[in-house]
Amino acid sequence: MDIPEVKRVSAVKRDHLARLAKEGKRPDGRGPDEYRPIKIERNVIKKAEGSARVKIGNTMVLAGIKLEVGEPYPDSPEEGAMSTSAELPPLASPEFEPGPPKPDAIELARVVDRGIRESKYIQLDKLCIEPGEKVWIVFIDLHVLDYDGNLFDACSLAASAALQKAVIPNERYGFGDNEPLPVTSPPVSCTFVKYEDFIVVDPNLDEEQIAQARFTVALDKNGDIRAMQKGLKGSFTIDEIKNNIKRAQIHAQKIRKLLEE
Amino acid sequence: MMRKIVLPGTEVGDAKSKLPGKGVFKEGNKIYASRLGILSEKGKYINVIPLSGVYDPNVGDNVIGVIQEVFKNAWIVDINAPYPAFLNLENVPWRVDYGETSKYLKVGDVIIATIAAIDEAKNIDISMKCKACRKIEDGIIIEIQPSKVPRVIGKNGSMLTTLKKYTQCWIFVGQNGRIWIKGEDERVNLLIKAIRKIEKEAHTFGLTQRIIKMLGG
Amino acid sequence: MLIKDGVRVDGRKPDELRPIKIEAGVLYRADGSCYLEWGGNKIMAAVYGPREALPRHIQDPTKAIVNARYNMASFSVEERKRPGPDRRSTEISKVTSEALESVIFTELFPRTTIDVCIEVLDAEAGTRCAGITAAAVALADAGIPMRDLPVACAAGKIDGTVVLDLSSDEDKEGEADLPVAIAPRNEEILLLQMDGHLTYKEFEEALDLAIKGCKEVAKLQRKALLNKYKTFEVE
Repeated sequence: MDIPEVKRVSAVKRDHLARLAKEGKRPDGRGPDEYRPIKIERNVIKKAEGSARVKIGNTMVLAGIKLEVGEPYPDSPEEGAMSTSAELPPLASPEFEPGPPKPDAIELARVVDRGIRESKYIQLDKLCIEPGEKVWIVFIDLHVLDYDGNLFDACSLAASAALQKAVIPNERYGFGDNEPLPVTSPPVSCTFVKYEDFIVVDPNLDEEQIAQARFTVALDKNGDIRAMQKGLKGSFTIDEIKNNIKRAQIHAQKIRKLLEE
Repeated sequence: MMRKIVLPGTEVGDAKSKLPGKGVFKEGNKIYASRLGILSEKGKYINVIPLSGVYDPNVGDNVIGVIQEVFKNAWIVDINAPYPAFLNLENVPWRVDYGETSKYLKVGDVIIATIAAIDEAKNIDISMKCKACRKIEDGIIIEIQPSKVPRVIGKNGSMLTTLKKYTQCWIFVGQNGRIWIKGEDERVNLLIKAIRKIEKEAHTFGLTQRIIKMLGG
Repeated sequence: MLIKDGVRVDGRKPDELRPIKIEAGVLYRADGSCYLEWGGNKIMAAVYGPREALPRHIQDPTKAIVNARYNMASFSVEERKRPGPDRRSTEISKVTSEALESVIFTELFPRTTIDVCIEVLDAEAGTRCAGITAAAVALADAGIPMRDLPVACAAGKIDGTVVLDLSSDEDKEGEADLPVAIAPRNEEILLLQMDGHLTYKEFEEALDLAIKGCKEVAKLQRKALLNKYKTFEVE
């Protein structure tokens, strides 16, 4: 995230995290392959066509789905469309500022978008109303409420959960009864950061603040890769990347179970 | 058991027989709470001891600060207050020449300092010329709500003594809500849990006994 | 037909509020926070500060600046709203900032800002009143010194009858809406807006009703704040 780092992380904290990392320990006592508790609540917003509030530890995000009738893209006249945005309002962190989305928020929204799009989670081909004229446009809006690290996984999970039980608002447009939004199997995203040559899953804010590199991978139900994003100024070795993906395959299976509950 | 908790605007006393202390204000013949906190009467004074809120610096407080900016003749220090503090090179325990400040303290370095002066516009001067003052090089710093600091220290330092005795850790509590801890990892973790519990239950009675029990006493 | 034999479409009496639920201290990062449900409204409010006002040229050397930001989530309304401020939310932010500032002891914190963030997550009429009510709880939770705990509630007119706390349908079909925020202790009016059509007599009746509503909501605010300190585990 775009945080004035010098102000936030003291030398003592940095040294402490570095010392723990050398012993394979994390500041909150978790193992390197341990997520914080995850909580998913669906249908929390009445005005939205679908919604979910996801908590990962102290991080909390809300995803809301809205559907509108619009024109299809010329190259896919018989398919619906989707659009993902993320808001990092000043409510969620002392460092977030009001104003138009900054690069961090845009990157976040695009990574979540790619996971959903590439896994063909929303069946866009079933969202045509009149070929070439009218299709459903699915808006996924991610609203961050409390920021304590790992927005990528929290937002991706919230979007997946919200879409899972979303409806097509036929009634509002006079098209008959509402019906479930056609979806397949959701992508699951898994994020790692690296600091002091220590790679951990689901970083909290302390870890994100000193992270040199970040890696997110979105996996489908077969464990196949649908989207990836390496971020921040540091680097991973090739083996580290491969290993991250293998670790993610194990995490994604567990997280997928939460989505299926 | 609960202490009496009051909210902004709660009537807490009669201004004819009582005097307004801290966390309260007088309007007409009445005294009202201005903050969320615990009602406390001391002699003729009515006070509200806040349960939340930012650190409000007082001269003589020992605080833990983080260097934010380095100038040729001074450092700007984050002391977890609404205002940054100013540390002049004359107010450190070392002989520092003009322009040599960054050799001694860099951005991100952590220090214990004392509040030396505050003016009306809340410009704050701090000094490192005190017994506890030093640069912190190891251990960890945790942050608690500044309003809970008196509870972590306890009456005449009783809670602090308890925490040290049962965890064998080194603890220094800054008045600004930052706490410096050193010790074995497991004991430090237990200590942090105990401090978090004190923070959460600061408004209750019998807390020392519950903390001793928690620490295996 | 919005009211029949003294009963409104949603079954309420003319002077009855919609159901309200308030919780204080729900966010981890914020200095103070509040989650509030009021009818179909869902509001999250957070307070940060007082903290140094930046850039420095906006600082007031005599007092804190109170800066409220009212924002609606894109999915909080029937037709998706484009993210970001519009003229309506800018106006609400302004009058909310002013209403809150009038009870805060701002002179205690020169050169700072007190930032109040109000996020409307689900909207069903009366969001500005719900937002101010939630913001007041968040301010108290953050330990901000205040003369009183502000509270807001609207009254209005439907089918010629003055009623409390308009629902969405009543707001759309009704004849007038009168949102009011007060400092309940002295019944000072901190915010008052009105649109529609009221006779002077109806206005008096509506204002009385709105203030009565405010005082009922004020009880719930106080209960929510005390609740935060009521429960803890005994191990």
